[in-house]
Amino acid sequence: MPVPVGPEALVPRLRAICGDAGVLTDPAQRRTYESDGLTYHAELPGVVVLPTSTAQVAAVVRLCAEEGVPFVPRGAGTGLSAGALPRSDGVLVVTSRMRRILEVDVEARCAVVQPGVANLDVTRAAAPHGYYYAPDPSSQQVCSVGGNIAENSGGAHCLKYGFTVNHVLGLEIVTPAGDVVRLGGKVAEAPGYDLIGAFIGSEGTLGIATEITVRLLRAPERVRTLLAAFPTMDAGGRAVSAVIAAGVLPAAIEMMDALAIEAAEAAVACHYPKGAGAVLIVELDGPAADVDAQFAAVTALCREAGATELRTATDAAERARIWKGRKSAFAAVGRISPSYIVQDGVVPRTALPEVLRRIADLSAESGIRVANVFHAGDGNLHPLVLFDDAEPGAAERAAEVSGAILDLCVEHGGSITGEHGVGVDKACHMPDMFSPADLATMDLFRRAIDPAGIANPEKLLPTPRLCGEPPGVRTDVHPLVASGEAELF
Amino acid sequence: MGETTRAQGAVPPRGGAAEAAGRALAGAAPDGGAAVRPGTPADAVGGVRPAYVAAPADPAAAAAVLAVAAEHALTVVPRGNGTKIDWGGPPRDCDLVLETTSLTGIEHAVGDLVVRAGAGVPVADLQAALGSAGQRLAVDTVVPGSTVGGMVATGLSGPRRILHGPVRDLVIGMTVLRADGVAARSGGAVVKNVAGYDLGKLHTGAYGTLGVIVSVTFRLHPVPPALRLLRAAAPGPEALREWAAAVLHSPTAPSAVELDWPPEGDPELAVLLEGAAAGLDARGAAVAAVLPEPPHHADALPPGWGELPGAPGDTLLRVVAPPPEAVRAAAVLRDAGRARGILAAVRGSLGTGVLHAAVPADAPPEAVAAVVAAARAALAGAPGGAVTVPHAAPPVRAAGLDLWGEVPGAALMRAIKDRFDPGHRLSPGRLMEGI
Ligand SMILES: Cc1cc2nc3c(=O)[nH]c(=O)nc-3n(C[C@H](O)[C@H](O)[C@H](O)COP(=O)(O)OP(=O)(O)OC[C@H]3O[C@@H](n4cnc5c(N)ncnc54)[C@H](O)[C@@H]3O)c2cc1C
Repeated sequence: MPVPVGPEALVPRLRAICGDAGVLTDPAQRRTYESDGLTYHAELPGVVVLPTSTAQVAAVVRLCAEEGVPFVPRGAGTGLSAGALPRSDGVLVVTSRMRRILEVDVEARCAVVQPGVANLDVTRAAAPHGYYYAPDPSSQQVCSVGGNIAENSGGAHCLKYGFTVNHVLGLEIVTPAGDVVRLGGKVAEAPGYDLIGAFIGSEGTLGIATEITVRLLRAPERVRTLLAAFPTMDAGGRAVSAVIAAGVLPAAIEMMDALAIEAAEAAVACHYPKGAGAVLIVELDGPAADVDAQFAAVTALCREAGATELRTATDAAERARIWKGRKSAFAAVGRISPSYIVQDGVVPRTALPEVLRRIADLSAESGIRVANVFHAGDGNLHPLVLFDDAEPGAAERAAEVSGAILDLCVEHGGSITGEHGVGVDKACHMPDMFSPADLATMDLFRRAIDPAGIANPEKLLPTPRLCGEPPGVRTDVHPLVASGEAELF
Repeated sequence: MGETTRAQGAVPPRGGAAEAAGRALAGAAPDGGAAVRPGTPADAVGGVRPAYVAAPADPAAAAAVLAVAAEHALTVVPRGNGTKIDWGGPPRDCDLVLETTSLTGIEHAVGDLVVRAGAGVPVADLQAALGSAGQRLAVDTVVPGSTVGGMVATGLSGPRRILHGPVRDLVIGMTVLRADGVAARSGGAVVKNVAGYDLGKLHTGAYGTLGVIVSVTFRLHPVPPALRLLRAAAPGPEALREWAAAVLHSPTAPSAVELDWPPEGDPELAVLLEGAAAGLDARGAAVAAVLPEPPHHADALPPGWGELPGAPGDTLLRVVAPPPEAVRAAAVLRDAGRARGILAAVRGSLGTGVLHAAVPADAPPEAVAAVVAAARAALAGAPGGAVTVPHAAPPVRAAGLDLWGEVPGAALMRAIKDRFDPGHRLSPGRLMEGI
């Protein structure tokens, strides 16, 4: 084991690898990278490197491994779980200079890109050929494909098309030892363990993705988008259940409550129906006849559920108008509240009405307003917990409400995160969802790939330093009972 | 964190120790929770006869059996219905076969389009249960008779994977017993979930080398109202490749684009369309428009749809290649066979580039090795291209054919195996060198 040195001791060698312009040591420059999208976690990185090639990334990581210095990968820094939170004792490896689209292969229906490429740029490159890249996080103009890999990002359309993991055919990674390993290629289902599947969603803790081959999809023949207004959230929820029960799988079903509608109206004047208690955006895509048949069904089901107004978009401009309010919702709450917390939790779709009622109760009891904007089709809630920093105790109460919402998700058999990841932010919530044995097994995997523990340490899994010692370590309980599996069926 | 495995460094049982292990197994689960009997020749795994076969009644009993196996350093191979038990490499050793067929139970959350099924549930039973609610697990029957655990452990997917992904894309949660008998869960019961490592991905296709799958949670899809299957025989592989590319490029959203190439004769293209009945004529016409002659069509799937080519017992080659290269590799493979008197049937997904070729079980091992080598050479430059041998007929296996070829990332895979199963007791040798 090397005796760990400070990252500043690495600077001359890092300069030799990345060039002078590729190594940032000036505190003001490093400050730019002190946090990701979750700004209340911040730390000044020890050194920042901006490599331009796989070879440079590998050499940087190998140096870190030799010297026992931790490294943190970073893409565009839009992450919302502090996954790219730097370390003062570590090297921040930023992929922003690895932004080339290396190939669009139409016959194999895939694209090969560097990790710093913005998500939307993949679709831009594929569009002239009639193809697109399906995962579409709301941050897609900025967020990097490498960051998407690390977070297994989703988007509004993942109800039908799945997440990043369902669209990656090949990966080149630099392991925490600094080795370059190529996995898969222009075809999925490589022999052996599915390392690609396990790497995706690993939040930078298993190494750095340096080249990514993504699957491209043929643009659908028809897309139709519907905006439906309902008097209450319950009525909107009934429409969602009815659509799913009818065997329709829309590309997206998004829902907003009155407070979120108010915020969106204030910010972008999206002109959603006035006085609505909830709006639903349903997008259908596919072969023309299928979309038309499903569209008729969805329209009827919304009416039956009590929709007060229905608007439909048939062309791209109308569609963009409908989506405008939804897409701006996060930023828009800034118009109606000085501060807010964006939560990300998942419940089984059928538990949505109950959970939304409980969130309303929490809000009423605490006096903390909660705006709901969410992916209703897959039960992925994004409650925006609003508060005023200037008001003493408000931030704490908001954090309590936000935490209580996560508890509700777990209580209903859901998840503490549907797309934003665990990072630092939710590491201490992992034991709410997983048993000690589950977590120990995940750690086995992590240590198999990163035995020295230098790849994005203290993210994803709880550690005693972050979360305190777990109360009462299990001794002799039957393992199945301990992990809750004794009642499997 | 950081439990250690008791088996580390322990010596496998011999003689009296074996009897002691047998007694301990019999008493592993209270109240006869795990029936244990001596292994018979019919229980052999890839020719290796186990000393014992245990059939635990539930996950807790299975965990107890595995814990005893760990204490006595027994090598363990899990088995469902045994339809693919002689796939992969023969285990280096097999003291105990752990039968999962009693790990049953289906929990179908209809409104959530999610199901949790025990590893021992026959896939056909699961599909029947889901079908009664108008839903399905979007995996075709590749090997009839498979259990959920066997299907997932071998990672076998059929034609519809171009629309819904391979089986691993449908797995959203999994409970697995580790080598030390400890149960560990990953994923969950909701489709959208990024909490923690998705270890289910590692277990899918791992042939039971990292743990014993106890139950799997899947995402489901509604059964489409109607289907149409279009088939057309191509004059040769090059034409077929072009047709498939044209169909895939059309906006007809096929559920499957398949190759079916009998041992002798022309390759056939099959395109499956699913969806609203009213749309099938138009979509069918769009498919026909890219073909030189009108295809045959049917409104039901033929018997055996999606199943492997050839006959049970054949040596099975799996060709994975970027879709354009896959057909070429299949042609090379067949030509190499024909030159040696072997007629290989080929079937598989042109949309994803995953094909299977069946070589008759009695083909001479040297000839089979030459065919495999030719196919591997044909894919040498293709990104992600690989030829593996999921099933080798006994003489081929005995001749020491390299079933996996060069596997990218093998060193990482070995590191994972070492952590999950430090004593190398779980299905040792069934998946790749050193695993
Ligand atoms: C306004 C807004 C809207 C958003 N909407 C969505 C949404 O709809 N859906 C969604 O899923 N997310 C959404 N996000 C979250 C975020 O955009 C995604 O998580 C995104 O994938 C992060 O990409 P990034 O390049 O910014 O990664 P970063 O924030 O830089 O890093 C994220 C994580 O990835 C790791 N990482 C980065 N690059 C690599 C690499 N090359 N190899 C290995 N690890 C790496 C980092 O260490 C870190 O753990 C949103 C964020 C914002 C600010």
